[in-house]
Amino acid sequence: MELTLTHYLALSAVLFSVGTAGVFLRRNLITVLLSIEIMLNAVNLTFVAAGRHYGVVDGQVIAFFVMTVAAAEAAVGLALVISLFRHKESLSPDVFTSLKW
Amino acid sequence: MIPPLDVVLFYLFGGAAVASSIAVVTQRNPMHSVLMLIASFLALAGLYINLDSPFTAVTQIIVYAGAIMVLFLFVVMLLNAPREDVASPYGPAYITLTTGPRKVFALLSVILLIELAFVMRQFVSASQSSGPAAAGHVSSVREIGIAIFTRYSLAFEATSVLILVAMIGAVVLAKKKL
Repeated sequence: MELTLTHYLALSAVLFSVGTAGVFLRRNLITVLLSIEIMLNAVNLTFVAAGRHYGVVDGQVIAFFVMTVAAAEAAVGLALVISLFRHKESLSPDVFTSLKW
Repeated sequence: MIPPLDVVLFYLFGGAAVASSIAVVTQRNPMHSVLMLIASFLALAGLYINLDSPFTAVTQIIVYAGAIMVLFLFVVMLLNAPREDVASPYGPAYITLTTGPRKVFALLSVILLIELAFVMRQFVSASQSSGPAAAGHVSSVREIGIAIFTRYSLAFEATSVLILVAMIGAVVLAKKKL
């Protein structure tokens, strides 16, 4: 038995689906952001595993950039959560309906 | 017969990552979710080391578990809202399957998983001929540094602008009055 790229891709697919389910099912904005982080990590795992498989460092470089984008996204997302919480005293995405037609 | 060490480590860390990610989604208290996500990131760092990528593993721990998760913890504590908003017109459950759209979306994530598995099978049968790659220079931090500062230097510089914009944006958004 030997580890192949398939093992890592399967694990990544499972993690990505867990993150997707979290985004769709949870009713807490912070947990939704956490689920997005899970999805980004699943993608990172794919990049690193594929880079290893093809023997290039580009996978790790892209993973590095994904981490930077995740940091920026977390900062802006959490600032939005704080300012939304200040308006409605709630973290549930169902409360913020002022843009609903 | 004892399986090789990397296989054992893969299943150990992979199982830990999946289990803690599921715990993040099903946990009621956001504080516990954040802590479970840190566990998931540590398991992923183990997987990166298993993949001969120590640089990514260390970056994962320092940037993700160290910086981003601390930011999340700060916000969770700052907002002081450990429970989910139960007083919602859609019902009391914190993971709701009661409303129509949520059922559809839960189904969508299952479909996504099946789809990913299907695509992966195609991909693997297409690339079966290429054997295990020589993983000699993949683990070298020097190679990564050369790649970042030569081929990816434009993206690297663009990243600094992105971080600046995110920083200003976060301050502007979270400030009470400008």
